Amino acid sequence: MLDFLKSPIYTVQTFMLLAGRALRNIVRQPHYWDDIAMQMDIVGVGSLPMVLLIGLFTGAVITLQMASTLNQYGASGQVGRIVSVTLIVELGPVLTAILVAGRNASGMASELGSMKVTEQIDAMRALGTDPVQKLVTPRLLATILMLPVLVIISDFMGLIGGYLVGCVLLGLTTAQQFWSSAYQALGYRDIIQGLIKPFAFAFIIALVGCHYGMATTGGTQGVGRATTQAVVVASVWIIVITFFIGKFFVNL
Amino acid sequence: MASPDAPLRLDNVVVRFGPTTALDRVSLTLERGETVVLLGAAGSGKTVLLKTALALVHPNAGRVFLFGQETGKLKEEQLFELRSRMGILFQEGGLFDSMTIEENVGYPLLNQKSLRCPLAEVQTRVEEALRFVELGHTMAKVPSELSGGMRRRVGIARAVVTRPELVLYDSPTAGLDPITANTIMTLIAKERDTRGTTTALATHRYQDGHLLANYRYNANTGRLEAAPNGGDDLRTRFVVLNEGRIVFEGSQNELEASEDLYISKFAKRLTED
Repeated sequence: MLDFLKSPIYTVQTFMLLAGRALRNIVRQPHYWDDIAMQMDIVGVGSLPMVLLIGLFTGAVITLQMASTLNQYGASGQVGRIVSVTLIVELGPVLTAILVAGRNASGMASELGSMKVTEQIDAMRALGTDPVQKLVTPRLLATILMLPVLVIISDFMGLIGGYLVGCVLLGLTTAQQFWSSAYQALGYRDIIQGLIKPFAFAFIIALVGCHYGMATTGGTQGVGRATTQAVVVASVWIIVITFFIGKFFVNL
Repeated sequence: MASPDAPLRLDNVVVRFGPTTALDRVSLTLERGETVVLLGAAGSGKTVLLKTALALVHPNAGRVFLFGQETGKLKEEQLFELRSRMGILFQEGGLFDSMTIEENVGYPLLNQKSLRCPLAEVQTRVEEALRFVELGHTMAKVPSELSGGMRRRVGIARAVVTRPELVLYDSPTAGLDPITANTIMTLIAKERDTRGTTTALATHRYQDGHLLANYRYNANTGRLEAAPNGGDDLRTRFVVLNEGRIVFEGSQNELEASEDLYISKFAKRLTED
């Protein structure tokens, strides 16, 4: 009767096992530094142009949409405050993570999936390497190190976007007022929240991507399926987790 | 009776994937210096059997012994040590497509810690292994630049570069033209006869088994020649798998004499070809 539960429970179990082994391997020898550096380049440098653009335009769009409402209340001077809080606490981390999930969780799933269906993962084990140590841990470490950096860059670009639209394009306020209200609006709690989120999202992106990759079966079609599942599952979890982290900080 | 340190022994092994039984109470022993040819149709369990032998797949029931040690009782790190005494050629070669041929062949030497291969020796060993499969000129290429047959040969080089005691070949000739298939089989016989390696060959082509059972590699001429005593010295056994079960185990003559419809299909195919 409960057969329908078997598959999701099995998925959770294999995911947890993979997560445990990947984390344990962070402190275990051997470390594949070359792979870690290469993944940092792929996740960090590779995502940079996209993050710069998305950050800039997110800040610009928030300002644009807020302008008329703020004018109605005669509070257009507060535009910097709104942009900085929404971006740094919520939109910066979430949007960056979803984009990196689309780009890298899918990349990880398809790369590992192709290796799985062409027996390269088996070959690795047969030839003396733990595939989790060689493939999953470097991807996890690289994402943990790079995603917070990307989020900080995205937040900063968002503020610049907000400034350009708010001050230069619409003339809502002066540059000094924009930047000082943006700065004053932020408490330590907001900054901590904004920096904890990318850490949590990095775990989700790397582990979900690698999990679906390593669990691939059924040839090329299976690789396609794994890639789609990785992006969908990672994106959904990012939104769910951001809610719970947000709720935790609101209750503090 | 199996010797206690036989390179490979499977004892009543059962492997299931969900509702499918891939191996059903399989018992098989490979003694040192022996050649076992596993025949079977696609999906009969040949690949699963080889992967179970390598402890890449863990049995649901039964026991697997590698060089006298029960794999189920060992940790992955200990299995790495046992696996370093074995070589495997995967069905599709299993080459790492992001690495060059040189890196692929050198991979086990650099990663199998128990081999303790000095760094300075890696290059020489890789060159030697690639010369063995007559692909010395492809070092800097990546697998996608090679033909299917060449990739299979690189796979053989990677399997034998560690000078293993036991080599498992998973369908080495599948999807190849007859001439390339013959080249591959010659290399397998060459490895077996020049180094005395214990060999397990999974295939659906009876010709491959027939060749290993009746021909040996002559190092002087560089060719295969008919083995004396009708191939008795080569100690070749045939095992036929059907839907995960061993349905036949015996010599070439016994295989050819079999009346069973499924078993005789493999032996008869040679005369039809």
